[in-house]
Amino acid sequence: MGAVVVTRAKRRVVGAHYGTAQWLRQRLTAVIMAVYTVLAIVALLILHPENHAEWRALFAPGWVRVVTLLFFLSLCYHAWVGMRDILMDYARPTSLRLALYTAVVVALGGYAAWAVQIMWRG
Amino acid sequence: MPEAAVKKKRPPLWLNISLFNLPVPGRVSILHRISGAALFLALPWLLFLLDNSLASPERYARVQQHLNHPLAQLAVLGLLWAYAHHFCAGIRHLLLDLHVGIDLQSARASARAVLGASLALTLLFGWVLLW
Repeated sequence: MGAVVVTRAKRRVVGAHYGTAQWLRQRLTAVIMAVYTVLAIVALLILHPENHAEWRALFAPGWVRVVTLLFFLSLCYHAWVGMRDILMDYARPTSLRLALYTAVVVALGGYAAWAVQIMWRG
Repeated sequence: MPEAAVKKKRPPLWLNISLFNLPVPGRVSILHRISGAALFLALPWLLFLLDNSLASPERYARVQQHLNHPLAQLAVLGLLWAYAHHFCAGIRHLLLDLHVGIDLQSARASARAVLGASLALTLLFGWVLLW
């Protein structure tokens, strides 16, 4: 009995820490989106676009497109981590879970490409 | 006394895991999940709106028409709440990660603040956008 307890106490937690990296990236993308959201709201309240020309002019500068795309890429990565967490908890059996993971990844990859297209259609 | 002991041993007939039986921080937590999932599911619609609003003056006008529909406005209001809640609950989460306000009392107070703030933001931006 005693021996078992000693072994357990000395047990080292190992692993590749994929979870830690994802946890950190989930928060990093959250901060990027939060900052973008606040700046976007302030910009919209100040510039107050009223028609298509003014709305389009907002996205005319290259840096606005780059920053907006950064927001969308953060969103897609963040949504992947979140949906993965949800599916991990509720989607059973494993085959269904893997199918849904695939669907989410395909959808988010498509949305990211769509966002690039929206920003740089010219 | 023996009767009570027998009663205690009986398994529950059903598990009540409803939202409103959770303590406030638990409610914020499950709503964080639900709002996140709702935003994920709404993404194609939101991208569709952004795409068309930027494409041309005609399609911009059609987006405006589309958003005049009561159902679309209801969806916008719901998504505003989802975004506001996810935003506020996320800020709270980041603060908890930094060990700010982790004692029970502060955690309960901040959870209540998240629920209140997200409703207030929804009404404010709903009013700005829809009227």
